[in-house]
Amino acid sequence: MAGFIIEILQIALVIGLAPIFAGWVKMLKCWSQGRSSPSILQPYRNLLKLFSKDIILAENASWIFRFTPYLVFGTGVLVSAIIPLLSTDLPLALTADVIVLVSLFAIARFFTALAGMDIGTAFGGMGSSREMMIASISEPAMLMAIFTVSLSCGSTSLSRIVEVIYSPASVIKPSLAFAFIAFVLITLAETGRVPVDNPATHLELTMVHEAMILEYSGRHLALIEWAGMMKLFLFISLGVALFAPVGIAVSTNPAGIPLAFVYLSLKLGFSGIVIVLIETGLAKMRLFRLTEFLGAAFLMATLGMLSFFMLE
Amino acid sequence: MIQLTLTPLNLASFAIILLLAQTAIASILRKNERLMVPVCFALSSAASFAATAAGVWTVGLGSSSSAVMALGLPGLPFHLRLDPLSGYFLGLIGLLSFFVSIYSIGYVKGFIGHRPIARLCIFYGLFIAGMFMVVLADDALFFLISWETMAAASYFLVMFEDERVENRRAAFLYIVVAHVGAVAILLAFGVMAGLATGFDNFSGFTFDAMRQADFPPEWATVAFLLAFFGFGAKAGIVPMHVWLPEAHPVAPSNVSALMSGVMLKTAVYGILRVTFDLIKIIPWWWGALVLALGIISALMGILYAMMEKDLKRLLAYSSVENIGIIMIGVGMAMVFKSFGQGIFAALALIAALYHAVNHAMFKGLLFMGAGAVLHATHERNMEEMGGLIHKMPWTAALFLIGCVSISALPPFNGFVSEWLTFQAFLLSPALPSPLMKLLMPLGAALLALTAALAAACFVKAFGVTFLGNWRGRHRTQVQETCWPIRIAMGMAATSCLLLGILPTVFIDWMDVIAEQLTGGKLATSAGAVGWMWLTPIAPERASYSGLVVFSGILAVYAIVYIILHVNPGKIRRGHVWDCGFEKLTNRMQYNAISFSMPIRRIFGFLFNIKEEVRLVPQQAHSAFPQKLIYSLRIRDRFWNWIYKPVADASFWLSRRVGRLQQGRINTYLIYSFVTIILLLLFVR
Repeated sequence: MAGFIIEILQIALVIGLAPIFAGWVKMLKCWSQGRSSPSILQPYRNLLKLFSKDIILAENASWIFRFTPYLVFGTGVLVSAIIPLLSTDLPLALTADVIVLVSLFAIARFFTALAGMDIGTAFGGMGSSREMMIASISEPAMLMAIFTVSLSCGSTSLSRIVEVIYSPASVIKPSLAFAFIAFVLITLAETGRVPVDNPATHLELTMVHEAMILEYSGRHLALIEWAGMMKLFLFISLGVALFAPVGIAVSTNPAGIPLAFVYLSLKLGFSGIVIVLIETGLAKMRLFRLTEFLGAAFLMATLGMLSFFMLE
Repeated sequence: MIQLTLTPLNLASFAIILLLAQTAIASILRKNERLMVPVCFALSSAASFAATAAGVWTVGLGSSSSAVMALGLPGLPFHLRLDPLSGYFLGLIGLLSFFVSIYSIGYVKGFIGHRPIARLCIFYGLFIAGMFMVVLADDALFFLISWETMAAASYFLVMFEDERVENRRAAFLYIVVAHVGAVAILLAFGVMAGLATGFDNFSGFTFDAMRQADFPPEWATVAFLLAFFGFGAKAGIVPMHVWLPEAHPVAPSNVSALMSGVMLKTAVYGILRVTFDLIKIIPWWWGALVLALGIISALMGILYAMMEKDLKRLLAYSSVENIGIIMIGVGMAMVFKSFGQGIFAALALIAALYHAVNHAMFKGLLFMGAGAVLHATHERNMEEMGGLIHKMPWTAALFLIGCVSISALPPFNGFVSEWLTFQAFLLSPALPSPLMKLLMPLGAALLALTAALAAACFVKAFGVTFLGNWRGRHRTQVQETCWPIRIAMGMAATSCLLLGILPTVFIDWMDVIAEQLTGGKLATSAGAVGWMWLTPIAPERASYSGLVVFSGILAVYAIVYIILHVNPGKIRRGHVWDCGFEKLTNRMQYNAISFSMPIRRIFGFLFNIKEEVRLVPQQAHSAFPQKLIYSLRIRDRFWNWIYKPVADASFWLSRRVGRLQQGRINTYLIYSFVTIILLLLFVR
């Protein structure tokens, strides 16, 4: 029973705290660029505003366009039930291992890309085409990074991986270091951060994710935005869980949960700083330079796997 | 008095007899086509249903039964055998044939009045009967006769619309490749039969004799390579794939569905039968070869599909990809088996078999959908389609299920088999061979790349065909398809979903095949509600529950939808924002060529691409061009590398041989005379 309470707590945590994390990143970014920042609660206000607005649908939008926001949000919620954030003892963790996790993000992307093509504008198709191109390289790279971790832990189950890495017997392995670098690069690509995509722009030459969702409005847009914040939150916490599981509760003892929460907030706060440093230090890449960026991630992950077989 | 009891084998034979009856009825009823179509296809769907039942029953029993027919050559009777492996493939072929036969009732009606369709009905029945016989055959002779029946019947089906020159060429290419493959299979059986009982009698031609024989390793290798080449040519493994994208699209769509969905599987069956059942001793490098070619096929197949703008050719190329994925599983099973790791081999084999049935279901569904679109728009080129989701909502929704399944997205079936394949890859640390240890992770990476590209490819296929606005120049009147077509596609889509959310039930049922072929058994389920969680090796190693994923997404969807619709805001319909340009036309949408452009740019070096952009200047001023002409030609490099030299050499050779043909009777008499003298010299 305690497991289910933690499960619900964790879902509520992701849904509730994802906007704060997005606000935190935004705030840091403003500071690092010498601007005054909006409040950390601003994403909530944006969502609230969007939820209360009417929807304008394009004339030939089909049911796919209206179905996609709910689906994208739904997969986000499902993923937040699976990633061990506070505790590794999650009753729904059996539902999905890391490979399923990657595919859950893929299904959200599949439908977002379809929604982009549904309206029949050049922007939507452009965004879909670019997004699928980026995904076709970043997704295998992500799987390779994850395979490296799961090979060295002998499991693809997330809870199990976290337990193995967190156990006192584990040591720092070169394969995990390579996988970590690959994972950071992929996180930037998958969550649409700066060298790959710019979440703050609506410029046709650079848009990827924004181009697909350009025609959304009202509660549809709110759901998609919220799911986007959750995706960022979940990717960071997945990285944190895989590579730095310090402080996570490994037993059903509820006393460990508050401590795990404190640790998680600290780790997320720190990751926000790292993201902002990367985003501020790098410029947005040309679309066709991305193959090098993502290829580097793929290479890192492959090197990690090779070093697992050669050295460990 | 022959006593007839209901056994799986009798049921399967009954199915074949029904199909032969169908061909007879089709030729009797050829004057009355309106009656012929429902009667014939009702018969073939009944036959297919019986075959499915026989197959499911056999696998469920887990035992095999055999019979010797009173047919065949003197001293060489036909042997039939139904064991779990053939039962599995019989069920798979039967199931898709059942759906496609129902589909055909609606689909073939569209040809009435345009062309005589008795031929289609006759060869359709023969084609399915040939596939059933291939999996039932238990001797080399009957196997090859069935194999040729299948090939010849499908040749005539590809030729159905024979007034177009491209169809005739595709059919010719198909029959050539099919026969080169058949010769290789014949030689493989010859080697095995000869080694089983010696070359001076025929008793080694039964599969039983081959099973009991001990092959010396080098001859086993010869037999395996010949069989793999022969079956590989039928399966469309790269580089033997060139006939597939030519022949599959030009056949009528119900036949394309069968060819892609199940005919390719008979080749997979052949490879499994020869390696795991007949030869049995497997050196690890055979597996490595199959694995490597599987990986290449998977990646090349999906890249070719990505470049296509013809919907049916795209689907045909994607069959190359899926056969590649099946071969990856088969290859890994061979590698694991050669190192004596039975359970891991069982996992890889189950992954391959699971993907075989999955591919049959979703590829059948997609070809049926493509047929419905073709039927409605008279167009195969995706550039001339768009927005069909509004006019054909049923077809669109069902086609979408096929696209999601083939893109390996949960909770549909394609994901389960790819997940199992990945799990098999992750078992590679257990292998003692360092080379395999390195090859396997690389394979996993390329399979991941393939899966991601497949998603991109099917976003394109669905998006360009069904979404957006009509892209074509001509407005055509598009109507939703008729009920038999929708019902057949609906059943295929339902099986995609069921195979996706209830994998444990299915794997428990088919585990017996892996147990018999590899000696290992999977522990699929664990815990109290075990059937819900797929845990192939151990629950702490990996687990997946399609049902929870499906119901989870559905539940969140419902909750969010209800919360947001307690007090919903208004929905207005409005124009699309055109950036103030006011001249948006439907030709400005992204289409198939532009959608695949980024990927073409990355992977273009693998193809022979000729891209040309030409500006036609206006007379008044060159700065304002009148129009822009863009042409793109993408060709298969394998064609120039392998096929063209072979074709050129055979033409050269036949011209040389052709010189013998003088047309003068006295020259021919000299030939006969010299031949007789030579023969007499030998006989002496």
